[in-house]
Amino acid sequence: MNTAVAEKKPRLTTSAMIASIASEGQRVKAAPFGKALVEYAASHPEVVGLTADLAKYTDLHLFAQAYPERFFQMGMAEQLLMGAAGGMAKEGLVPFATTYAVFGTRRAYDFIHQVIAEENLDVKICCALPGLTTGYGPSHQATEDIAMMRGIPGLTIVDPCDALDIEQAVPQIAAHKGPVYMRLLRGNVPLVLDEVPGYRFELGKAKMLREGADVLVISSGFLTMRALEVAKDLAADKVDVAVLHCPTIKPLDEAAIVEAVRYKHRLVVVAENHSVVGGLGEAVASALLRHRVQPAGFQLAGLPDAFLDAGALPTLHERYGISREALGRRIKGWLG
Amino acid sequence: MTVSNEALAELAQCAWRIRRYAVRMGEVQGQGYIGQALGYADVLAAAYGHALRLRPEEPEWEGRDRFLLSHGHYAIAFYAALIEAGIVPESELDTYGSDDSRLPMSGMATYTPGMEISGGSLGQGLVIGVGMALGLRQKKNPAFVYNSMSDGELDEGSTWEAALAAAHHRLDNLVCLVDINNQQADGPSGKVLGFEPLAEKWAAFGWHVQRVNGNDLPAVVEAFDNARALAEPKPRVILFDTLMGKGVPFLEQREKNHFIRVDPPEWQQALAILDQNQPTPITEGVPA
Repeated sequence: MNTAVAEKKPRLTTSAMIASIASEGQRVKAAPFGKALVEYAASHPEVVGLTADLAKYTDLHLFAQAYPERFFQMGMAEQLLMGAAGGMAKEGLVPFATTYAVFGTRRAYDFIHQVIAEENLDVKICCALPGLTTGYGPSHQATEDIAMMRGIPGLTIVDPCDALDIEQAVPQIAAHKGPVYMRLLRGNVPLVLDEVPGYRFELGKAKMLREGADVLVISSGFLTMRALEVAKDLAADKVDVAVLHCPTIKPLDEAAIVEAVRYKHRLVVVAENHSVVGGLGEAVASALLRHRVQPAGFQLAGLPDAFLDAGALPTLHERYGISREALGRRIKGWLG
Repeated sequence: MTVSNEALAELAQCAWRIRRYAVRMGEVQGQGYIGQALGYADVLAAAYGHALRLRPEEPEWEGRDRFLLSHGHYAIAFYAALIEAGIVPESELDTYGSDDSRLPMSGMATYTPGMEISGGSLGQGLVIGVGMALGLRQKKNPAFVYNSMSDGELDEGSTWEAALAAAHHRLDNLVCLVDINNQQADGPSGKVLGFEPLAEKWAAFGWHVQRVNGNDLPAVVEAFDNARALAEPKPRVILFDTLMGKGVPFLEQREKNHFIRVDPPEWQQALAILDQNQPTPITEGVPA
């Protein structure tokens, strides 16, 4: 080994971080989706599980172990996965269909649109690796899934923050009449919302997690966790940050958003684990304009409209502005 | 042969009436997939006049056999079959393809009683059929799922995803019906994307395969009966070779097009030809 190489900082590896977005030492819960589904299904025999060769990687393997006769392996065939889930729903079952978000949305879009959504069938599509939660590059990074799915009429879209959100969302999306697309965090999932007094996930509702006079961060998914971290960091600089968590992207809780923005002179930042095109940010902007609400400032802290790099997640989150530090820097920059 | 000559004669009448209804609907719109309707009428007659378990007065009866019209553009033929089956009244025929009609140009589940799925985005019926067949098995419901599709849908990858899955899951309650008229939007199927040898392909995918002349009514009926009676735990496919425009020689001979051009006076000419060749009704004796 030559000295030039030896003196370089050790490079992070991609594989070290693909299993979890949790940072070192963070409190986590293992497989909250799989556990919650097993629990719900115990008293709901109509619930079945389907996957496209990704049971282990979407935490659906727990359901398969608990209820082998209600688990259906569809193979690596996403059009079949969505179409067959629709067919099972037509027979009165409540299918949970899992795969990765890229395959579920991009590859099987027409089957979700035509088979499932057009007939308002009770299929719950739960997709892992949303946004930038893998370093495998654009083949695995679902940075535009929300934009795609928002275009489907009648489809409910859920982007949970942490293990608590997921375990509380599962019974609610199962009981909801109609199709649901849920972005799934799998494996060891951070647990943060249990520290917010009185918080519980409610389908269709945004929740104010903390108040603050200078900045309002409207966020979904694990960017809500980042927003809470940034709020703590900026408090040290005497910057007061409010966080409005919007785990249901569609239908959007416009009333809560309007109320949080109107009559308050603060910078509004929409933070999301998704492209700035077509995600929560543009949905919020549209809602504010339609309600004639003009915030003091408005910025999008999402992923760039670009094909993202491969690499280790901490590196990529820093590069694209959604790490704790990068998000904090962006917000401070916008404050001027 | 599992059906009597009398029953076959009645099915021939049934197919004749389906052709007449379809031509009358074509005339309402001045266009339509009439070539396919005429070609597929015998298969639909065998399905709705013989094979399917249905309660016409109760189209969503839980015990019904499910018939999925994957090729939504065959709606004109399918509505004719629904009229024949007594699920849709003949009086609605004049609304075909009109605003607020229950009979839109492409079949949709939310519009028409007896229409199980919204087809038309081709290659979706069979994957839905896999799910319904699994669902029926899960519920211990002995009904069959019939997925009806066009040969053009053999181009779609999802068809073969479903073919793999149906065999893997041993779906003996799933019957796939393929209309092979060898015509697609851009020309003869063999030139668009060759799919032969087709029987061998389905067999290699693990299906029980029959290939019959889809305009030979006794053979069609027998194929349905065989598919139902088969004891093997595998899905069944029936490949029907059909003739576009069957029963109206000037349409049979027209330059083969996916969407046959029919001039206004020709609708009445087609009806006249069908009427001249009405199969002998059973009350007047049974053909040998």
